[in-house]
Amino acid sequence: MSVKMIEVRWHGRGGQGAKTAALLFAEAVMATGKYIQAFPEYGPERMGAPVQSFNRISEEPIIIHSGIKNPDYVVVLDSSLMESVPVTEGLGKGGKIVINTSLSTSKIAQKLDIDISQVHVVNASQIALETIGRDIPNTPMLGALVKVIGTLDINGVLEDIETKLTAKFRHKPGVMKGNLTSIKRAFDEVKN
Amino acid sequence: MIKKVYSKSKLVAKTGNEVIAEALRQIEPDVIAAYPITPATEIVQIFSQFVADGVVKSEYIAVESEHSAISATIAASAAGARAMTSTSSQGLSLMWEMLYIAAGLRLPVIMAEVNRAISAPININADHSDTMGTRDAGWIQIYSENSQEAYDNIIQVTRIAEKAKLPAMVTMDGFITSHCMEVVEVYPDADVKTFVGEYKPERYLLDIKKPYTLGAIDLQDYYFEHRYQLAQAVRDAKDIILDIAGEFERTFGRKYGFYEKYMLDDAEVAIVIIGSTAGNVKAVVKELREKGIKAGLLKIRVYRPFPSEQIAKELAHVKVIAVMDRSDSCSGAFPPIYSDLTASLYSAGVVGPKILSYVYGIGGREFSSEQIVDVYEKLGKVASGAEKPFKGVEYINIRIK
Repeated sequence: MSVKMIEVRWHGRGGQGAKTAALLFAEAVMATGKYIQAFPEYGPERMGAPVQSFNRISEEPIIIHSGIKNPDYVVVLDSSLMESVPVTEGLGKGGKIVINTSLSTSKIAQKLDIDISQVHVVNASQIALETIGRDIPNTPMLGALVKVIGTLDINGVLEDIETKLTAKFRHKPGVMKGNLTSIKRAFDEVKN
Repeated sequence: MIKKVYSKSKLVAKTGNEVIAEALRQIEPDVIAAYPITPATEIVQIFSQFVADGVVKSEYIAVESEHSAISATIAASAAGARAMTSTSSQGLSLMWEMLYIAAGLRLPVIMAEVNRAISAPININADHSDTMGTRDAGWIQIYSENSQEAYDNIIQVTRIAEKAKLPAMVTMDGFITSHCMEVVEVYPDADVKTFVGEYKPERYLLDIKKPYTLGAIDLQDYYFEHRYQLAQAVRDAKDIILDIAGEFERTFGRKYGFYEKYMLDDAEVAIVIIGSTAGNVKAVVKELREKGIKAGLLKIRVYRPFPSEQIAKELAHVKVIAVMDRSDSCSGAFPPIYSDLTASLYSAGVVGPKILSYVYGIGGREFSSEQIVDVYEKLGKVASGAEKPFKGVEYINIRIK
């Protein structure tokens, strides 16, 4: 492919919305005119167990349907996963990791034994608590990921998510607003 | 930007299951009877919601097993309804005796099938063992590489089955396609409805003006003729499939045939494959071509009826062919696609190509791009005479040798 395809791996725990985040992210990115794929790790899911989901983004039609081994970006919804799951596996020197944590980039870089330039942190749980009222870090992490990738249009992404959430939460407009604010805040607050 | 083939269509991000449910909503069959099973569950789950919400007028029959699901579908079809079901793996296995009955009664039952491994041991991931196990039941079988093809195939197969008076299944790979969200072009409801048209069965049990008997005992006096007619109907379905594909292309712009060729016409080495892995192979072929290696691909779309003569012609010039089966036949000989393909070439007098048999991806086992490259390398070495073709079946990415 002439333009490089972007590959993303999401880490979460069953029930945290890693799959939903990948699906929502893909739909929003498609709305900005790019080809996308979103798929969960194949297999049975259990609440609380480590799970993965994946995205591909491309300017050209995506013809491959295989697992992602060398992601360009890794998103970690739950920082406790760093203790038990090799979250940096397959992440090359140019790859970036975005973590939901209250710790600093230098601490995370040390913990994961990678270069500090690859690490991006955001306290998505805190943002979710303040905006949505519950610890659901998957939506704010979308905003953080859009910022870290850098080539995506945050306004296009927000617009699409607003449309989707308006339909989904038509009886709870507050939930929709909270989700959108959480995405915007994570977009602004994620730091390297 | 994302390119559309049909100007009036809408681009959506949907999983394979979602897009099949969308097609079923647009086709709006008279009856759907189904029992949920992973990874096909969402198809009927979403469709049952359409029924509950009054989005479609279809009758939805929630049954207690897959045997009942196919039985109810067959009965509805016999009564004169456009009837459909959906299943996977063990569900299809439980339907087995009724699959032959649907075909024997010449009823155009439609099935959306999601390919999954067969127990035991228990495994929910993709391989083709389930539908390959029903390959000789008298059903038309069309395999899909991605969600777009699954959507297009289910629309076409509705017409094909009714014209051929044969049951038909459209398949896609479990999880890989069924649970992968990708960009799909969805056509306007009205255009899909116009394309599939109204089902007008020639004869049906609820036609009280023309009563007839269906499924009577049929011994040595006539049974043979009726089974011959079934086999002949499957052969004759080839023309119907191409006719409908032509009409589909004229309407919606996408071209379909028995198979898809990818850089095959001047290929010296080629892979023959079915399903989602074809895309991965295409990506490898493209890379190999850039290095000057004459690699090609033939992706089989219509497996039943098997386009025997056409495939023999397409592959006659290839020096070495790898036939990739995602199911094993446990026959002591060769897996299904290899057997069909070698018989087809031999019978057509095509004896030039050397043909290797590979089994891959059983129970969802990874078949990586590097391993696809390895297969082409082996083919290249056999083509140049540097290595001999292996005998028997080669298993890819297996830890037992």
